[in-house]
Amino acid sequence: MTETQPVKTRKKLGKKASDRLWFWLFLLPALLPFLLMVITPFGMGIYYSFTNWTGGLNPTEWIGVENYRGLLTDYRFVFSFLTTGIYAALNVLFINAVAFGLALLVTRKLKLTNLYRASFFIPNLIGGLIIGYLWRFIYTLVLTRGLNFFESSPLIGDNALIALIVVVTWQYAGYIMMIYIAALQNVPEDLIEASRIDGANALQRLRNITLPLIAQAFTVSLFLTLVTAFKQFDTVYSLTQGGPPQLSPQWLMNLVGMDNARTVESTELVANVIYNRAFSFNQFAEGQAMAVTFFVILAIFSIGQVYFNKKREVEL
Amino acid sequence: MARIQTFFKRFNWLEILALVLMIVFLYPFIIVVLNASKDNIAITDNPIALPTDWLLFFRNVADIVGDPNLNYFRALFNSIIITTFSLGLIGVSSAMAAWVLVRTKTRLSMTLFLFFVSGLVIPFQIVMLPIVELSRVIQTTVGIPWKDTHYAVIFAYMGFGAPLSVFLFHGFIKSIPLDIEEAAIIDGCSRPEVFFRVVFPILKPIFVTLLVLNGLWIWNDFLLPLIMIGTGGDTKTIPLAVANFAGAYVIQWNLLLTALVLSAIPVIILFLFAQKYIIKGMTSGAIK
Repeated sequence: MTETQPVKTRKKLGKKASDRLWFWLFLLPALLPFLLMVITPFGMGIYYSFTNWTGGLNPTEWIGVENYRGLLTDYRFVFSFLTTGIYAALNVLFINAVAFGLALLVTRKLKLTNLYRASFFIPNLIGGLIIGYLWRFIYTLVLTRGLNFFESSPLIGDNALIALIVVVTWQYAGYIMMIYIAALQNVPEDLIEASRIDGANALQRLRNITLPLIAQAFTVSLFLTLVTAFKQFDTVYSLTQGGPPQLSPQWLMNLVGMDNARTVESTELVANVIYNRAFSFNQFAEGQAMAVTFFVILAIFSIGQVYFNKKREVEL
Repeated sequence: MARIQTFFKRFNWLEILALVLMIVFLYPFIIVVLNASKDNIAITDNPIALPTDWLLFFRNVADIVGDPNLNYFRALFNSIIITTFSLGLIGVSSAMAAWVLVRTKTRLSMTLFLFFVSGLVIPFQIVMLPIVELSRVIQTTVGIPWKDTHYAVIFAYMGFGAPLSVFLFHGFIKSIPLDIEEAAIIDGCSRPEVFFRVVFPILKPIFVTLLVLNGLWIWNDFLLPLIMIGTGGDTKTIPLAVANFAGAYVIQWNLLLTALVLSAIPVIILFLFAQKYIIKGMTSGAIK
């Protein structure tokens, strides 16, 4: 069409160049901060994990996988790594069980159903740091001296990790509940009605109709709670500060190849151990090696979830 | 009589269970509010008693507001500045980027989109230590004041907010028919005019979702400001100020609890007004 009109062709070429200009102009406001604040430190971090970086002005030298090899015998890291695993598994279990239960409850025809939903959801609005201080008060004073529920604060006993999980469940269950509610409301009413007429009881209806139809919400929620659990930092910082200290169990010492028991922190999760290692012990490179290890595991879980989801979508 | 009967009949045991659970869930808030109106001795003496003088709350507030470690109004101001600017800038910049990425059908734009999305799996923990070093380089080598500034934190949030925001906008823009934009071009609109006058208004639902998701994250975030500002910084946000206050003394519960109430109030008030949007935003954001 345009080949007979050279003027128009020139205009078109000009349009292409201006298209490219606008493309980059529109992209840069998001791309620049992303490159500078996420990708650059990400690259730096991987590099630093192979050096003897101390975070200061000292020159850094390449030392290969030394930091990573050190992690295998670093009893405090190994312990916190396992603690994080236990914490994450229990968290996923607790939060999803409570959230699903609450969702089933508030999707029944209740009078104040909106009020209940809002009340269960509210703890999620408050940040993890504030929540931690709030529950430190509940545990150390209200549940002990006030209600005589405990002899002494569970935050300084053997069950500090469980105490932490209770707090996070309280904080997060209302949010996951909302995801389940959205899914439950999408289950067609007539399907439930039909099965009722066919004589299915409540449990059968739940197992054979509701659960398969909201499987997607389960995957989303499990993944969401898992990732959030792995990234936990704030609530530990304010609730337990990683404590209380405990004597390391024998199996841990066997695992890292040490003879005598050492002190480990019972609720110190990976994020907290990285932070403490860098800012209390000035071991930036070791901390960074932990962070990279942690990232690899998180990435495997994330990719696994996407893969799992895609596979099921095909099946459906 | 019949009315009372139907009332009892309809007030089933599930309703009672839900009520009890609601009280259990709200109890921590209630007890904190009660104790924010006491002095320290009364709290440690009996933390579940009702306060004798409710007006003591305002005494505690006055103490908090004047405390140099907390500096409540300064922290509130910092939190508001950082959250509002981050939200606005993340929203506009990500929408702009997502739009050109959808409308330019080249391999480059597809790669750039995947590049943004890959940022979703990068946790803050892996970049937090390098950011300390990066800030030092920007501050000393490049010479831009960077530590303890509002704009540095806002810039960082733009970077960390981009992956999810670009992803959500991208999905939404794909569903907008091209005809509308073509009509605008025929009417003589320039590129930016097409975007800001025609496309951007259509993005409102996803924009609101992102305001909620990013807003709660940034308002409550602790680790990023801890690294980039520090608990002693002038631009410290509310969580930093509370951490600084709690770490400064042996815990004075009356003041700490008052601080907790004051820091929770802004979000709870917002929730009461925008409950519908917040719940919808958070659930739809998670499912996508």
